[in-house]
Amino acid sequence: MNSYFRAKVLSNTPLNTSTYLLTLQPVEQVRKPVPGQFYMIETGSSYDPLLKRPFSYLRRTPEGIQFLYSIRGKGTLLMRDFQPGKNVQAIGPLGNGYPNAGTRNTPVLIAGGTGVASIFSLAAQLPRKAYILYGARCRKDLILLNEVKELEHRDIICIDCTDDGSCGMKGTVIDALNELLTTDFSKIPSPLLYACGPKPMLEGLFRIALEKGLKGYVSLEEHMACGFGACLGCTVSTVKGNKRVCKEGPVFPIGEIVW
Amino acid sequence: MVMELGVALGKLQMKNPVMTASGTFGYGEEYADFVDLNALGAVVVKGISLKPMKGNPSPRICETSCGMLNAIGLQNIGVKKFLKEKLPYLRQFDTKIVVNVFGSTVQEYLRLSEMLDDAGVDGIELNVSCPNVKKGGIVFGTDRKVLAKLVSTVRKAVKNATVITKLSPNVPSIPEFSRTVEEAGSDVISLINTLPGMAIDIETRKPKLANITGGLSGPAIKPVAVRMVWEAARSVAVPVIGIGGIVKTEDAIEFMLAGASAIQVGTGNFINPRATEEIAQGIATYLEKKGIKNIKDLIGKMHVF
Repeated sequence: MNSYFRAKVLSNTPLNTSTYLLTLQPVEQVRKPVPGQFYMIETGSSYDPLLKRPFSYLRRTPEGIQFLYSIRGKGTLLMRDFQPGKNVQAIGPLGNGYPNAGTRNTPVLIAGGTGVASIFSLAAQLPRKAYILYGARCRKDLILLNEVKELEHRDIICIDCTDDGSCGMKGTVIDALNELLTTDFSKIPSPLLYACGPKPMLEGLFRIALEKGLKGYVSLEEHMACGFGACLGCTVSTVKGNKRVCKEGPVFPIGEIVW
Repeated sequence: MVMELGVALGKLQMKNPVMTASGTFGYGEEYADFVDLNALGAVVVKGISLKPMKGNPSPRICETSCGMLNAIGLQNIGVKKFLKEKLPYLRQFDTKIVVNVFGSTVQEYLRLSEMLDDAGVDGIELNVSCPNVKKGGIVFGTDRKVLAKLVSTVRKAVKNATVITKLSPNVPSIPEFSRTVEEAGSDVISLINTLPGMAIDIETRKPKLANITGGLSGPAIKPVAVRMVWEAARSVAVPVIGIGGIVKTEDAIEFMLAGASAIQVGTGNFINPRATEEIAQGIATYLEKKGIKNIKDLIGKMHVF
């Protein structure tokens, strides 16, 4: 099993103006990822950009591993031009992944923007009733909304929301969570939060969790050079000291992070 | 063809000239999935201090053209935990163990070096060139008197380990500083550490690193490093270790032609976690192709016009 492997681009499809769905097929024996883990993917073969970029995996298909990425800078701009058949180097699966919920807990999954990739990998493997709250700025940014909604067949209740009200509830996922907890709180036995999204969203979630005495996990994002614990570039402050997002994370208990 | 790939850095006999650069290889175990540590000349671990250090706030790294800036701030677990938890792991392998050390006083360097020497490590690399901490580090590396005192104090106290001094590129004269540490008794000189740099996000107008400045590494600094290694190697008799932007075999060969007896791979490990092992194999392939039987015939053998 190789953690550093070569993979072939199978497809690279735009989902909106800035977000793409990338499918890579490893050409070597690789390890199976668990939900919440990530990969470092090479964006070009020159020294500029120099470093690989970290991406949560979205799902495994019979053909390969799928990722979502948004164009943010030099690296992701090069990825946009990946053609099927291109070979790229990748490292993974990396990081810890989401811990399982206890049998009494009701998982409440919260995804903001492209954070949906990591949350989807978890939702697709949940064995029981759960909630998934998915928010973005507008309808076109609710990537893969149909796939998320399809999870409803499996007793996963999907609540979508947009900042501008162009789809679902008008407001943020934090608003949606507040409403859910206000109206249905008694109906949700021992909610356990799982969240991935922008930092302000996660911070908002932390405040709700604190206020309502809820437990849960957040998946964090940081710039990283290696992805496997060597460079110490991606550390985050926790109540137990500095921890590496790539190694001890990216998933941390929500109360452990110093926001 | 039987080839001799081994190099001797003072008492430090290595099976090949490939080492890891401090701060880029963790304590070795981080690379267990990627590299057979037995294939390396030596592993140089992350800089160690007497007490654990938590390092700088985030963001600590940012990418720049063909390089990266870092301001980790020497986060480490401290020497006691290293000896107890990390050293036994490294001892399983047939490779030399070099520990990079730093302190804020000469006494701290001395105490650390003694502890590590007693523990039987093969080499001690004095970090007198970290640009990212306020006390210690580069303060020792840019003042020749202070540097000479530090090196000679440690050299006198260390019985078995090879003492390596890692020079800063941020000095007025590499030949003068090289001679200073050689005269002070350093067995080996390694260079270069990172070059101080900075980058600003023009949208937010914020520096890209929380520490504002950081150390530049990667292929961007290689020509500067090759020149400095060449200057150092022709100024001293002790062996020189070349560091700075080595990613591939060709880079390693270039440093050796400039006079390096061994090389360290740093940022290259982040780009390709198997880089060290591949370079060790690549050097053997190069020698064979060129019909060179002993690696010594490569060291400093640049042809000048």
